Amino acid sequence: MLKRWVLLAAICAPMVSMAEEGGFPVMHAGTDINNIDSLQRGARNFMNYCSGCHSLKYLRYNRMAADLKIPESELTQNLMFTTDKAFETINVAMPVESENWFGKQPPDLSLVARSRGTDYLYSFLHGFYADKTRPWGTNNLYLPAAAMPHVLQGLQGLQKPVFKSEPDGNGGSKTELTGVEMMTPGTLKPEEFDQFVRDLVNFLDYAGEPIKAERQSLGLWVTLFLLVFFVFAYLLKKEYWKDVH
Amino acid sequence: MSDQVDHSRRRLLTAATVGVGAVGVAFTAVPFLSSWQPSARAKALGAPVEVDASKLEVGQMMKVVWRGQAVYVLRRTKEIIDQIGKHDNLLADPASEGSVQPDYIAAEGALRSLKPEYWIGLAVCTHLGCSPLGAFEPNNAGQVAGVDLGQGWPGGFYCPCHGSKFDLSGRVFKGVPAPKNLTVPPYSFAGDTHIVIGVDSAPKKA
Amino acid sequence: MASFPENPAGDGEGGAFGRWINERLPVTAFWKRHISEYYAPKNFNFWYYFGSLAGLILVNQLITGIFLTMHYKPSAAEAFASVEYIMRDVNWGWLIRYMHSTGASAFFIVVYLHMFRALLYGSHRKPRELVWIFGCLIFLLLMAEAFMGYVLPWGNMSYWGAQVIVSLFSSIPYVGQFLVEWIRGDYYIADSTLNRFFALHVVALPLALVFLVVIHLAALHEVGSNNPDGIEIKKKKDAKGIPLDGIPFHPYYTVKDLMGTAGFLLIFCGIMFFAPTFGGLFLEPPNFDPANPLQTPPHIAPVWYFTPYYAMLRAIPSFMGTQVWGVLVMGAAIVVLFFVPWLDRSPVKSIRYRGPIYKIALVVFVAAFVTLGVCGMKPPSGIYPLLAKIGTALYFAFFLLMPWYTRIDSVKPVPERVTGHA
Repeated sequence: MLKRWVLLAAICAPMVSMAEEGGFPVMHAGTDINNIDSLQRGARNFMNYCSGCHSLKYLRYNRMAADLKIPESELTQNLMFTTDKAFETINVAMPVESENWFGKQPPDLSLVARSRGTDYLYSFLHGFYADKTRPWGTNNLYLPAAAMPHVLQGLQGLQKPVFKSEPDGNGGSKTELTGVEMMTPGTLKPEEFDQFVRDLVNFLDYAGEPIKAERQSLGLWVTLFLLVFFVFAYLLKKEYWKDVH
Repeated sequence: MSDQVDHSRRRLLTAATVGVGAVGVAFTAVPFLSSWQPSARAKALGAPVEVDASKLEVGQMMKVVWRGQAVYVLRRTKEIIDQIGKHDNLLADPASEGSVQPDYIAAEGALRSLKPEYWIGLAVCTHLGCSPLGAFEPNNAGQVAGVDLGQGWPGGFYCPCHGSKFDLSGRVFKGVPAPKNLTVPPYSFAGDTHIVIGVDSAPKKA
Repeated sequence: MASFPENPAGDGEGGAFGRWINERLPVTAFWKRHISEYYAPKNFNFWYYFGSLAGLILVNQLITGIFLTMHYKPSAAEAFASVEYIMRDVNWGWLIRYMHSTGASAFFIVVYLHMFRALLYGSHRKPRELVWIFGCLIFLLLMAEAFMGYVLPWGNMSYWGAQVIVSLFSSIPYVGQFLVEWIRGDYYIADSTLNRFFALHVVALPLALVFLVVIHLAALHEVGSNNPDGIEIKKKKDAKGIPLDGIPFHPYYTVKDLMGTAGFLLIFCGIMFFAPTFGGLFLEPPNFDPANPLQTPPHIAPVWYFTPYYAMLRAIPSFMGTQVWGVLVMGAAIVVLFFVPWLDRSPVKSIRYRGPIYKIALVVFVAAFVTLGVCGMKPPSGIYPLLAKIGTALYFAFFLLMPWYTRIDSVKPVPERVTGHA
């Protein structure tokens, strides 16, 4: 018996070594893909602010409308700005030359929530700050030298970087970027901007895996079914094993 | 060692477990079988096709693709429309009873179209699927594919693969390999010359 | 007298239809020999579920794999998009995909536990050496199968993982460069590589795996199953020739394995429906970016089940201008498994009757293996390189010193009959 616990401890001990990596502390997105209202707002936010440059080439308009409970008329009027049809995927007319305008082509965002995570996206969209050395005048705490301009500047406002000076041990000092501070507020209050970004990131989370909510609810039923099956299988096993001594 | 094996309890438990298990297997099979149905992409690609027939001249035909198949849009002359009932004796199914066509087409009789002027049908021979050629001139003023369709040819389609013939409502002639009239797909008019193939027309009020 | 009643599951030969079949194909004889009159020890415990579970997962991978192949496109241009097509456009495609990806990781968990059982109870010992060897071959092919399967989605980790592993072969002297180009079919990991990995993953290796599983079971049935006490039950038979401690596989173990399956499915479906990426361990975040030859992920690591061996590979420094030693050590780590039946010199099979040395050795081995796994996931900095070296040393020590410590270890008297039953 003791051996079993020793074994378990031996297996688990090495896991303690899973440490955090460096970088700025990531903010918590707090998204909920079951919140349809938030997803609807997020879809609107995406279409209005992002879809000019970023495609969602694996998501179909009609799938999005069905999942987000958006009627077809609202879909075409408020969320579709191109000549695309509802059954088509959300593409943009961003040409290859955009690589020259931005430094790289604005990437497709269908899977960005799966490859980077919602916390990162939430932080990224909060993390722009003024930097005159950059082509568009802004930089980002979470993606240094980001090629993307601060699209949401009007809403969030413009932040400025905060530096800390420390003696570097050689007689001089080194400056380190430690965070950001609001410089010129935007049209949204901080909590409103937080909610705006949260909705947008929530929508991107949905776009990354549209089936997620359904998968989880189906999982509940499957678990219940398997519990019932397990009970029967267990009773059957016990019945037959009465024979064995 | 226990000698009393309760066989009936074993049968019951076995049946119950196997029953629940079978339900599980059936539920598990559904996704696999369902994955064969047309995907969202297939449905998107098979979406209705809009046809602008405003530039189509009388006596001319255009072909469009819908769900991977060629569809004729033929603009019939007044003469053809008037004469459409005159050659029923040459046809295998003049009343289109065995035809594949929407109900609202069946209601239109010999013309087999929502508007008399425009005939729409699949360019797929009902024999083995070749694409029939147009031979619209009555009395075969010219030859089609090296074949003389003869006097009394009311105008229609000729399939070069095995010689099947159809009239200008897509109805099949007697004595040819094709068994049925050309299929009419679901379609509707969204404007005078704006045809939407793949979308049914609203049923006519009786 | 055998410890189960006569005819516990009833008899049946299918009547006239059964007779017609049996005259032409020995179905009933097979059923009796391998299932209803195959006598397995009655004391199988928790560790004995993993063989049948591995079989179940194999069937899962085959069936879900076939259905994925119906929609997947094995070309560099279309592969990534075809996986998203499966996830979004194909009815229930997402479920089939997740069954396959969760199944792949489940396969390795189950197989590692299954192999561990052998080390616990001496299932690799005479007369079961061939069962063990076939098992090692299955393990080897399974790793190849999983590696190629991971390349198929053509995500960025697929690409760079393939790049790194295939490049290993370039360290082989003289033939290395040629070999790598031959494997890739191109000057870099390309469409030709993907396409041939697809053919191997979908056809060649599954055929080989199924064949190996069949002979693995055939070899097992020839000598009979081991048990937690390591006793040969065939040594004590009753008047009818049935082992005293044996019970027919059907109905006792069919019913028990059914229950084991139910329990396993609860865990499997729990993961699949609620955490299919398993925190990024089963489906890794960089793989949601398409393959990009111009941009390596910040941190390349193989999938979790390969990380112990990857850690060993990185632990060995280059000597005499070549990296091949790490490759050889990694290969040796697998090859050494094949020799375990002959490295283990204990007079007893089961850990229950061995002394403390083996118990400590096994605990250390498991700790080393898990530590190596963690090291393999981390970037090679900090304490991890040292830990990896220590882990590698301990892993090999477990096997290479085995002839010595298993001989000097104390033993307890082995009982004549099995102890306890489940």
